[in-house]
Amino acid sequence: MNDMTPTREQREAKLEGMGCKRKRVEDIRFTQGKGNYVDDVKLPGMLHGDFVRSPHAHARVKKIDDTEALKVPGVLAVITAETLKTVNLAWMPTLAGDVQMVLADGKVLFQNQEVAFVVATDRYAADDGINKVVVEYEPLPPLIDPFKAMAPDAPVLREDLAGKTTGAHGPRKHHNHIFEWTVGDKDLTDAAFRKAEVTIKEMISYHRTHPSPLETCQCVCSFDKIKGELTIWGTFQAPHVIRTVVSLIAKLPEQKIHVISPDIGGGFGNKVGAYPGYICAAVASIVTGKPVKWVEDRIENLTATSFARDYHMTTEIASTKEGKVTGLRVHVLADHGAFDACADPSKWPAGFFNIVTGSYDFPTAHLSVDGIYTNKAPGGVAYRCSFRVTEAAYCIERAMDILAQKLGMDPAELRLKNFIKPEQFPYHSALGWEYDSGDYATAMRKAMETVKYAELRKEQAALREAFKRGETREIMGVGVSFFTEIVGAGPSKNCDILGIAMFDSCEIRLHPTGAGIARMGTKSQGQGHETTWAQIIATEIGIPADNIMVEEGNTDTAPYGLGTYGSRSTPVAGAAIAMAARKIKAKAQMIAAYKLEVHEDDLEWDIDGFRVKGLPEKTMSMKDICWAAYNSVPPGMEPGLEAVSYYDPPNMTYPFGAYICVMNIDVDTGVYKVRRFYALDDCGTRINPMIIEGQVHGGLTEAFAIAMGQEIRYDADGNVVTGSFMDFFMPTAVETPHWETDFTVTPSPHHPIGAKGVGESPNVGGVPAFSNAVNDAFSFLGSTHIQMPHDYWRNWKAAKDLGAVA
Amino acid sequence: MIPGPFSYHRPATVADAVKLLSNLGDEARPLAGGHSLVPMMKLRLATPEHLVDLHGIAGLKGIRRDGNTIVIGAMATQHELLASDEIGRSLPILDETALLIADPQVRYRGTIGGNLANGDPGNDMPALMMTLGASYRLEGTSGAREVAASEFYQGAYFTALEPGELLTSVAIPVPAAGHGYAYEKLKRKVGDYATAAAAVVLTMAGGKVATCKIGLTNLSETPLLAEDAAKAVIGTSLDPATLKKAAAAAEAIMSPAADARGPVEYRKHVGGIMVMRALQRAAGRAS
Repeated sequence: MNDMTPTREQREAKLEGMGCKRKRVEDIRFTQGKGNYVDDVKLPGMLHGDFVRSPHAHARVKKIDDTEALKVPGVLAVITAETLKTVNLAWMPTLAGDVQMVLADGKVLFQNQEVAFVVATDRYAADDGINKVVVEYEPLPPLIDPFKAMAPDAPVLREDLAGKTTGAHGPRKHHNHIFEWTVGDKDLTDAAFRKAEVTIKEMISYHRTHPSPLETCQCVCSFDKIKGELTIWGTFQAPHVIRTVVSLIAKLPEQKIHVISPDIGGGFGNKVGAYPGYICAAVASIVTGKPVKWVEDRIENLTATSFARDYHMTTEIASTKEGKVTGLRVHVLADHGAFDACADPSKWPAGFFNIVTGSYDFPTAHLSVDGIYTNKAPGGVAYRCSFRVTEAAYCIERAMDILAQKLGMDPAELRLKNFIKPEQFPYHSALGWEYDSGDYATAMRKAMETVKYAELRKEQAALREAFKRGETREIMGVGVSFFTEIVGAGPSKNCDILGIAMFDSCEIRLHPTGAGIARMGTKSQGQGHETTWAQIIATEIGIPADNIMVEEGNTDTAPYGLGTYGSRSTPVAGAAIAMAARKIKAKAQMIAAYKLEVHEDDLEWDIDGFRVKGLPEKTMSMKDICWAAYNSVPPGMEPGLEAVSYYDPPNMTYPFGAYICVMNIDVDTGVYKVRRFYALDDCGTRINPMIIEGQVHGGLTEAFAIAMGQEIRYDADGNVVTGSFMDFFMPTAVETPHWETDFTVTPSPHHPIGAKGVGESPNVGGVPAFSNAVNDAFSFLGSTHIQMPHDYWRNWKAAKDLGAVA
Repeated sequence: MIPGPFSYHRPATVADAVKLLSNLGDEARPLAGGHSLVPMMKLRLATPEHLVDLHGIAGLKGIRRDGNTIVIGAMATQHELLASDEIGRSLPILDETALLIADPQVRYRGTIGGNLANGDPGNDMPALMMTLGASYRLEGTSGAREVAASEFYQGAYFTALEPGELLTSVAIPVPAAGHGYAYEKLKRKVGDYATAAAAVVLTMAGGKVATCKIGLTNLSETPLLAEDAAKAVIGTSLDPATLKKAAAAAEAIMSPAADARGPVEYRKHVGGIMVMRALQRAAGRAS
């Protein structure tokens, strides 16, 4: 062996495979302003569409007069529900089994609802046209408070559902009721509560907020009348699903629909569903024969496209005096707005909210969810979380703190006492899930040791005494959160969207020179797929990640996939990559055996190629195998080196983590300071630690925003009062706390590479950590629960209500 | 978020600008930094038919000292205030306040004249100018006049400017050597208007407050001078009881609106706290 022969370490390093902090290859274009987003798509003769929107939350539409609008230079058409009825598109199906108005049909049901679509030669003319459309409304009483939705005399919102006593998810109890969903053993749970030594009950609300990606929702639709083909460039997190939905509702053959998701500027769940803008742009293009662009502005995005959360969770825990939990009972009032447009797997009207038993060994539990309509925007999407998992995590993590307070126990100690133990995995939860793996106590203890938890509690006790003596106006909270996520939707046995199983896919094609392309059913919106997918391939088949191009988002070239949301990409598509790579590796082994003139079984894998067992100098690299695949394959074998895998996961994955937040609050102003935030994540096998860290930073920043002020709030008339970034809290680098990240590794036993997914964990675990810190700070003044968001004035009000401020 | 149609004018002199504004009437608006006007136009809450851009007028730029007065041209940007040695020496409270306005990008573009003339109760500089006893030079087709900052603000977006008039400069008397100053602003995040803010300029003599002015931002339809609050601290060493008295006197003249920053009660309460904190910090700086 001469000095020029690379060492094993050098060969490993050259691959930049799994575990490598590989720099994000997509950032080369993103950081130079060279990304290609939907709004960069400019086609010859392209028209622009924009919406006339309702100023009212609830009103009858008496008349739409477009006479003056059509006189505006450049305005070509004004599309209304009446126009859409001619092509049977005035209403569209939602992913949740409901129907939704594309344009106001007889009435409007939320402020900023789409009423008419003005098509013009440029964006300015379209807006000029909007201002000339005269709509006559007859205001109706709005229904804003979800707790009044099912009152006998509550206004009837959905006249289209009159007489329908059954919805997509069973019986409806009231004209504003959508569904009731129950899980668990009610009798056993009720019995546990009857026998309980200690119980707590609290109505814990998770307020309405919004994913608010930097890039809003948008599309360009271009219909080719000659070919009868429709091409749609759009901000789609799930382009294949959009293609199928368009085919089904527009009655166009699916092969004649081309859906392209170019670079996407963040999604966070906002870009999963189908919106009126897509339908109207498509119809406008079909009618005019010209490309039509629709680009939402920020106010439209915040007020009309999918919101998140809005769950009101009455939560009860039964426990022994020693703090061993014996039962959990939760009722959720779920405010869906005017239409049920949740983007959950079809059979799950409340998503995976039944993960609400969290990380704890509850012997029994019962959950019921009532979905209701109000005069608010539709949605209920998974804002950087798996379906309704952040609501569930917030619910149980807040409730555990409330129980600890009642028992006079430390909240971390209560958690340690009730964790599911490592030897209990695979663990079957009382509400029906099979947790794949976990070592919760180790993670919790590592977190507590790192932040010197016991010392923090001592400091807090001293500060509380000083506060009582009037020596300080600051209070201190330590927020503990231990979350279990459920991601990777999902197994075909229980997950589908509109009947399509929630598998995902990968096609790998290797080129003669030892390079290749991987095409995916997923779609990155900033997650760094182009970087990490190539790393999995590099480790699996020994081709350097730099030699693998990853392509996503074009439904003509990518294999069918269900898209990217709910932290499903790594658990599902990441597995598909490994499985496709392994098919290639199996063929490569046959080629290598043929070329090395040995039996396949005499070969073993070694970093970037095969070697003959016992003869380490007799090797064939993958690079050489790629070449051979195109000129000298074994007799009878087809040339080429490619494979495709559609991966149907056997189970979900269950990432978890321990987060601790230390916060001080000035009671006189309500101003808080996050002194420390420590986040330990266990996402199983770690593909790119740098990207994981970035994901955790981003998710924690969103969690911080949500817990501390970010909300979509309506006044009593149904006006959105937080409809722009002036009032909708979007923290900048100045407000954002410093993040400390850490990890343990508990691989998923059923995933080909043991990975679990991480992108959404920090949002799921972060919100309860912040809220528990605030609640912990105030608890010694006598409060048990203060609702989010914890912005300055509400903190002050809490202090005032507790008598701490004159 | 798309503005309506408008015509664009770029005069080279103040005389041309006021002539244009006068001739074009109510449908014309002067354009300075544009950080208030342009967003309003994008929402079509403002739909001027004519924009008279003041960036071509050399005479509106510059910061100079004229005896014991600092004169700032209306088109001086917030960034230029921060970059000026003269301001740093003579009026450090301007630097402190400018740094709390929005973010660097906005400060490169936003002007003092626009901030003062727009009459937006959320703007920070108007209360500061009242506190400093500044006066504004207003020029119209019929000539120029001086109006005290304390006389200028009449209501939200209503000022002493007559149709066709332009605010061309502000004159600020240099505060006494050794004065103490502070601008305390509570805001939700970078770029936000104040939930409540207080400006204090004072002098101390023998450990007691000799002179004091207190201004309040975003706590009423107009910026406010808290005269009773200022009187309450004269001759005191700012003991806790006096601070509370000053805060109460200031709160008595506040009438903020309830908004997403908080209910009225909260905004008045923190308004009082800003006054107390500004007084204490200003006194600490006085010599």
